[in-house]
Amino acid sequence: MKLRATTEGRLTQFALIAIALAFLGFFLLLPLVAVFSEALKQGAGAFIAAIETPDAWAAIKLTLMIAAISVPLNVVFGIAASWAITKFSFPGKSLLITLIDLPFSVSPVVSGLIFVLLFGANGLFGAWLQAHDLKIIFAVPGIVLATVFITFPFVARELIPLMMEQGKDDEEAALSLGANGWQTFWHVTLPNIRWGLLYGVLLCNARAMGEFGAVSVVSGHIRGETNTMPLHVEILYNEYDFVGAFAVASLLACLALVTLVAKSVLEWRFDLHSGASH
Amino acid sequence: MSTTTLSPPRAARRWRKPSVLPGFGLTFGFTLGWLSLIVLIPIAAIFLKAAGMGWSHFLEVGFSSRALSAYRLSFGTAAAAGLVNAVFGLLVAWVLVRYVFPGKAIISALVDLPFALPTAVAGIALTALYAPNGWVGQFLDPLGIKVAFTPLGITIALVFIGLPFVVRSVEPVLADLGKDVEEAAATLGATRSQTFLRVIFPAIAPALLTGFAMAFARGVGEYGSVIFISGNMPGKTEIAPLLIVTQLEQYAYEGATAIAVVMMLVSFTILLGINAVQAAGRKRMGA
Repeated sequence: MKLRATTEGRLTQFALIAIALAFLGFFLLLPLVAVFSEALKQGAGAFIAAIETPDAWAAIKLTLMIAAISVPLNVVFGIAASWAITKFSFPGKSLLITLIDLPFSVSPVVSGLIFVLLFGANGLFGAWLQAHDLKIIFAVPGIVLATVFITFPFVARELIPLMMEQGKDDEEAALSLGANGWQTFWHVTLPNIRWGLLYGVLLCNARAMGEFGAVSVVSGHIRGETNTMPLHVEILYNEYDFVGAFAVASLLACLALVTLVAKSVLEWRFDLHSGASH
Repeated sequence: MSTTTLSPPRAARRWRKPSVLPGFGLTFGFTLGWLSLIVLIPIAAIFLKAAGMGWSHFLEVGFSSRALSAYRLSFGTAAAAGLVNAVFGLLVAWVLVRYVFPGKAIISALVDLPFALPTAVAGIALTALYAPNGWVGQFLDPLGIKVAFTPLGITIALVFIGLPFVVRSVEPVLADLGKDVEEAAATLGATRSQTFLRVIFPAIAPALLTGFAMAFARGVGEYGSVIFISGNMPGKTEIAPLLIVTQLEQYAYEGATAIAVVMMLVSFTILLGINAVQAAGRKRMGA
């Protein structure tokens, strides 16, 4: 009697699970399957040929380079911000956290726009940049700036709650035993936060490689030069080269799957984000 | 920069509590500097640019009839998708927290797919599915249901993008909810649906609202997953972020700025609203 009152009947449970799975299958799984199926529609040969074009290669290289620049910047910032926020108490802390989260609530397109307004030809610094023969918008620096802006909160957001929970007892002990600040950080703090840090890096990297809106506004879509993988997908798609578009898209989908698997392993193994799902 | 340990600068001492840990100046200074450089100054610049336009010109380009229909479309479809996600996201969270079934770990990981999959990839995949000759579209087309290149298609893209926000925000609250309150309700004679409506739902409502608001805010600004499926007809299926891009391509910087500022003000208001709801929720839990 008690059991029935605090849970649902078998039939209800079964129906709810079925509805949830049908919804997920239809809205999440089906699009994922469509990417791979469309990419391989004309066989593996067409798939490989589409990826082996010089423009596709240039896009892949550029995407890797953008991530290689913006993810480490994000890591340094995330660690510095969470050290300042979690190891010290000062007024205005919650405002600081809100400001760090700000890029999450700005449309990707607007994130690109703000840099065009600053550094574009008609922008605030446009004339000065032109006079010094520097190019930010429609060039790689602009793409990096937009990507850093978009991914700004990722690592800090993972580390702040984690380091808040861990407190500062370990660090205080290390210092009282004679370690200096850097030693304390390398040998005490970093080992404590490494898995949380990796988690943040994973999410940050996925977004950095996959960002579309912000990058599309600042890139200028110059083939072979400022075309990242997501932008290349758009160009191919708009040229009706669907196999090519889905082939490049499937590489990005693989990145997403790897990210999801690594993320789940971290959650399961190290009890990060100990939600209810396990 | 005086480093006499006997008398630390009084202002610094009053501003933050003393701590034996080093590195506050370095990390706080770097955080504030980098934050200003990358986020605050660029955002301030766009508001400055808008302020320089003059009030009447701002209203003229920021609230032109084309802009207004873009806002209506963006906010309308984002709200519709948010509602769908509130219902099904709650269901998914409930099933993941409360029930045991095979493949649950994989399903749980799949929920985060929209966070990991680049939006442009989602966009072309959804278009391939819902185009009139697509996998799903070919069955809907004879019924007269058009999805791709209509507001319905935009809504479907935003459902995809927003789902994890609701699930991930409701899940932990649902998991933390003690069984004891439900047992108490049942002991006092409540039916299962009464327990859900009067005991469980009020406890998860703030989290559900937060998830809805996050999905909504993300949906309003979403670009990559929408532009392929939306058809982009001015006044009909042109979302606000696309209108910004169109204005930029025509070198109409003031138009783009005004629309961006309107969207940002709405987003920030939503963000403040979320914070207020969360603060109220914490207060209630603490009391």
